Amino acid sequence: MCELCQDLIDPKETKLAEVLAGYAGRKGALIPVLQKAQEIYGYLPADVLRRIGRGLKIPVARVYGVATFYAQFRLTPMGQNVLRVCLGTACHVRGGAKVLETIEQELGVKDGGTTEDQRFTLEIVACIGACGLAPTMMINDQVYGRLAPDKVAGILAQYE
Amino acid sequence: MKTMKTLLDPCCGRCTHTPETPCRDYVRCQTEGPLCHDDPACRMERERLLRELKTEVGSQKQAVLFCTGTGCASSGSNKLIEIMDAEIKKAGLDVSVSTRPTGCHGFCEQGPIVIIEPAKTFYTRVKAEDIPEIVAKDLVGGERVEHLLYVDPTTGQAATTYANAPFYAKQHRIVLHNCGHINPERIEDYFAQDGYRGFAHALQDMKPDEVIEEVKRSGLRGRGGAGFPTGLKWGLCRQSAGDKKYIICNADEGDPGAFMDRSVLEGDPHSVLEGMMIAAYAIGADEGYIYCRAEYPLAIKRLEIAIKQAEEVGLLGDNILASGFNFRIYIKAGAGAFVCGEETALIASIEGKRGMPKVRPPFPAQQGLWGKPTNNNNVETYSNVPHIFRHGADWYAGFGTEKSKGTKIFALTGKVNNTGLVEVPMGMSLREIIFDIGGGILGGKKFKAVQIGGPSGGCLPESLLDLPVDYDTLVQAGAMVGSGGLVVLDETTCMVDIARYFLNFTQKESCGKCTPCREGTKRMLEILVRITNGEGKEEDIETLEKLAGVVKSTSLCGLGQTAPNPVLATLKYFRHEYEAHIRDKQCPAHACSALLTYTIDEEKCKKCGLCAKNCPVKCITGDKNTPYRIDASACIKCGTCMEKCKFGAVVRA
Repeated sequence: MCELCQDLIDPKETKLAEVLAGYAGRKGALIPVLQKAQEIYGYLPADVLRRIGRGLKIPVARVYGVATFYAQFRLTPMGQNVLRVCLGTACHVRGGAKVLETIEQELGVKDGGTTEDQRFTLEIVACIGACGLAPTMMINDQVYGRLAPDKVAGILAQYE
Repeated sequence: MKTMKTLLDPCCGRCTHTPETPCRDYVRCQTEGPLCHDDPACRMERERLLRELKTEVGSQKQAVLFCTGTGCASSGSNKLIEIMDAEIKKAGLDVSVSTRPTGCHGFCEQGPIVIIEPAKTFYTRVKAEDIPEIVAKDLVGGERVEHLLYVDPTTGQAATTYANAPFYAKQHRIVLHNCGHINPERIEDYFAQDGYRGFAHALQDMKPDEVIEEVKRSGLRGRGGAGFPTGLKWGLCRQSAGDKKYIICNADEGDPGAFMDRSVLEGDPHSVLEGMMIAAYAIGADEGYIYCRAEYPLAIKRLEIAIKQAEEVGLLGDNILASGFNFRIYIKAGAGAFVCGEETALIASIEGKRGMPKVRPPFPAQQGLWGKPTNNNNVETYSNVPHIFRHGADWYAGFGTEKSKGTKIFALTGKVNNTGLVEVPMGMSLREIIFDIGGGILGGKKFKAVQIGGPSGGCLPESLLDLPVDYDTLVQAGAMVGSGGLVVLDETTCMVDIARYFLNFTQKESCGKCTPCREGTKRMLEILVRITNGEGKEEDIETLEKLAGVVKSTSLCGLGQTAPNPVLATLKYFRHEYEAHIRDKQCPAHACSALLTYTIDEEKCKKCGLCAKNCPVKCITGDKNTPYRIDASACIKCGTCMEKCKFGAVVRA
């Protein structure tokens, strides 16, 4: 392949091909492959679902079924940062809903939405297992606890 | 002579253990060695390292323990370790003092938690600026830093060590014994606490059937929810025909309000591996899977480290401890579906399918993962097992009640002073757990109910506080142990709203396979939403009860069969709250915003304007000369005005 052609190949596609090759013929590969593909692309575009189906020899309908069954998989692009607000029982009784309201106002999006500037995607989750610090939220892998509506803006400002 | 750097190093050239040339005495040798030769130098070297790892009373060295569980890490504990390391070096203490990251202490409310061993001094809510003071006063001066000690909210007394803090004093920690004390990322710390001794004993001194008998005799029951006897489950799987069998560890802790599995995985991952290894030997499996939530990245990371270490010393792999037993463990990251806590759904998910439950029988013990006999237990169940084989079934059966043996970890959360993980013998009363260990209700409010068992459980009122907690009494009372979430509710919590909350959860998480669960929970949720919005009809309670009966009796799996429980239990004990919403259009707890009105008491109002300034929808008008008024049609009932008013002039009804 010539150098010019090499530039036309999306490095993400190469990575996906490597993942598919690594799992070829292995049992129960679909979910880990979808997880890795989402890591590469940030979400699961329709074309990627088709390629995974071909690569693992699984009907696209089944790939789509699995991708839409689990909460982790996203079929639309995500923002730079994923903000997960916990509304588990402990957070619910300790005022998690008010924290959520404040975040919704600050960002101008609802559950599942992404801000126009692509900075944040907001998700409501039902327990991140940090109940001792309720109410809580998670931005990417960082947990924030003992929240109150007036603490929200300061935390959000730390993320670009 | 050559000295050992860590406990894992061979003491001298006479030790031949490697994963390829395994020695059957390897595990016992870690704490009692050397066994194959007698050399005082080798023995003393090992004893020195053990003393350092355990930092017991009399140890020459001090250790500063930092909790790095999810709770404390979110409060910045990893940064504290760096600062402490630098300060120790600056004070020239690096020979005699070391830092140690540990797992969760279960007292997340008070994090970040720091413990000084061997004195067991217990510091809470430690900040970066406290570190130099701890070094100067405690590590150098040998005095306690008084203002960092934990003060009990009920007695007002400071606890000098963690053992005499009331939160810990009444607990009996078996599964959580190592959590918060050992470094979960080092297998040698686990060895120093007699780790893998239970497995070595089972593997070398017992036949598989004897192992199962021992578990049966211990009375251990599944800690994930239903409480099925563990020994019986293992026995069924062992009896199933087939040369290929699987072990699964359910680490898909999805119950909102429960986090004990997370803490065990993060704080003592080897105990889970050891439990799985004993089970694998008993039923004759050579492959194991841990199905862990992707929402728990730290737990997955620590498990990966633990599995790698166990492989490196030959405790996982082929011909383990020269016994001929082969076993390997793999991690599967769940993709977020509550129903995957159900074992047949979990198996479907590992197979790469949608996580939908199947009809049982055939049970997984007969036809499980890829159609092969499979044994599935949860994290807490497996981590109980090593203790049974270290201390014996009779010792274990000495804890608990007649039909529920051992201890259970509860996640105590909600409106309670001390939130955190509590491990107590089965049969302790709810009152002791909530008021003695939990320190009573937050902010001096009145106790109303305790929600136990998550979305499958129920709410129990004050009259049942003296109920001993075990599998059977709770089911009789209309709740269940479930995974062990205990959410304390006070007078400001509306019970109809709590029922609505759980139905909203189960309705979203229903996989949709069974119509009664998929449609029934949706209809029930609609009714509950209607009631909390003040649009309830007289016949709603009856309809709810009828629907609940159908969903319970006609759903395939545990999710549907128990989904109506939160509604039924609140109807049983708090029916009057439903009636107040429906008939009087009132919420007795003043929680349902649609049923509230806010007004301003003109006599108390000082016309400061704080309410109007903070109102998010600007529905409050007035000025120095005209009294402030709330426009009820525009009010969104957020309650901000009431919070901000310093004179109590905003009235809620």
